[in-house]
Amino acid sequence: MQIVVVLGVLNAPLILAALLIWLERRFLALLQDRYGPNRVGPLGLGIVLADMIKIFTKEDWIPPFADRAVFILAPAVIVVTGLMSVAVIPITETIGVTDLNIGLLFFLAMSSMGVYSVVLAGWASNNKYALLGGLRASAQMVSYEVFMGLSLMGVVLLAGSFSLREIVEAQRDVWFIVPQFLGFAIFFIAGLAETHRLPFDLPEAEAELVAGFHSEYSGMKFGMFFVGEYVGVTVVSAMIVTLFFGGWMGPVLPGIVWFGLKLLFFILVFITLRASLPRPRFDQLMAFGWKVLLPLSLLNLVVTAGVLLLLKT
Amino acid sequence: MLSMLRTIWTVFLHLFRRPVTVQYPEEKPYLPPRYRGRIILSRDPDGDERCVGCYLCSAACPVDCIALQAGEREDGRRYPEWFRINFSRCIFCGLCEEACPTYAIQLTPDFELCDFDRQSLVYEKKDLLIDGTGKYPGYNFYRVAGLAISGKDKGASENEDKPVDVKSLLP
Ligand code: SF4
Ligand code: SF4
Repeated sequence: MQIVVVLGVLNAPLILAALLIWLERRFLALLQDRYGPNRVGPLGLGIVLADMIKIFTKEDWIPPFADRAVFILAPAVIVVTGLMSVAVIPITETIGVTDLNIGLLFFLAMSSMGVYSVVLAGWASNNKYALLGGLRASAQMVSYEVFMGLSLMGVVLLAGSFSLREIVEAQRDVWFIVPQFLGFAIFFIAGLAETHRLPFDLPEAEAELVAGFHSEYSGMKFGMFFVGEYVGVTVVSAMIVTLFFGGWMGPVLPGIVWFGLKLLFFILVFITLRASLPRPRFDQLMAFGWKVLLPLSLLNLVVTAGVLLLLKT
Repeated sequence: MLSMLRTIWTVFLHLFRRPVTVQYPEEKPYLPPRYRGRIILSRDPDGDERCVGCYLCSAACPVDCIALQAGEREDGRRYPEWFRINFSRCIFCGLCEEACPTYAIQLTPDFELCDFDRQSLVYEKKDLLIDGTGKYPGYNFYRVAGLAISGKDKGASENEDKPVDVKSLLP
């Protein structure tokens, strides 16, 4: 039984990633007063299959000037770390691959590991645009990593545990979005930066850097970066749901439906942000991170801790 | 910060707008009558070919995609023996239509000229010639031109005075 759950939970993000390509294109199109791909199959869903056939049959080319081993390793890292994070997410009371008592830390560790993928890809490509993309990615992710962790400490204080399952259980009365709104806002922004989605897609920045760190990639290796990105979006959305929106909790409907609905909502929010916000300049991004979000997350942590202490005494 | 939130909200509201996309093959876009598409050769109201084989269109064409050979009928009317337009080269600039003195060559709003074979984009006279008058219904070149053909002498055209007999002294 457990093996079915494990396989299911680990395959779901991959299938979801493929479907997300379709969802993103359709939803983005609707936001921009277009239809998006609506020709192949019902609702244009066939485009998923067509995309897959296309990307698997494309020439998989490794540039002769690239660092071969690292070049091949990089796209794998982003998918593996993404899937590892999925493992700790509790989907319902019973479904979930594993329940680590340090689940939250594990997630943070894995998302930091994901940075390697981008940096190594930029480095191994041996191409100045790719390297610039990799550099940006490392600077952006390392700095956003800091308060991504800090912003979650408020939740940990409230729940009194690092285990994601216990954090969800602690939200039985009130979702943590209420006492931890600031933490949620910061985590959301940091999550955007972490998955380098628009408006924080500076590592790719196709307007200035060709395609950033994956300029030199083709075929399925390029596809892996996309799968990784969509898995990342799914994971960050799932984390938001788990940490701030009560995970599987909800009236009437079974837990898995609630989880799915909440997840879908946040994925759609991600896509809406992509459609509406412009990309900031790099120094603005860094300044915003270090000068605004970091102090705010520290403040959030201190105030939460203080209030908790006051209530205790 | 506030402006960003407003932007997001505005973009979100666009979700409920009707997409502006025209679903092309099922839904045809409106094209104005003077749209520059597939080229035709028209006939005058009497059913004769309008083209007089003057080569002006061929000369005006910037990409040299019109070729023709002029001929003359027994009654004195000129006509093209063959007329060929290579649509794989045509840029639909409309200069041929502007150059034509007889309204013979006209561009139509039909743009669906796709083909798998380059050769079949070369249209011959039988493909180009239509039975109607196209965009200029009443016009008949030989009725308004001063040129004499059999059945119509000098001075017999519309709005044309009788030729002046320069050898006569009478006013
Ligand atoms: S439309 Fe322009 S390019 Fe085409 S045949 Fe006429 S003059 Fe030539
Ligand atoms: S310009 Fe008009 S009349 Fe002259 S050859 Fe071309 S189509 Fe015929």
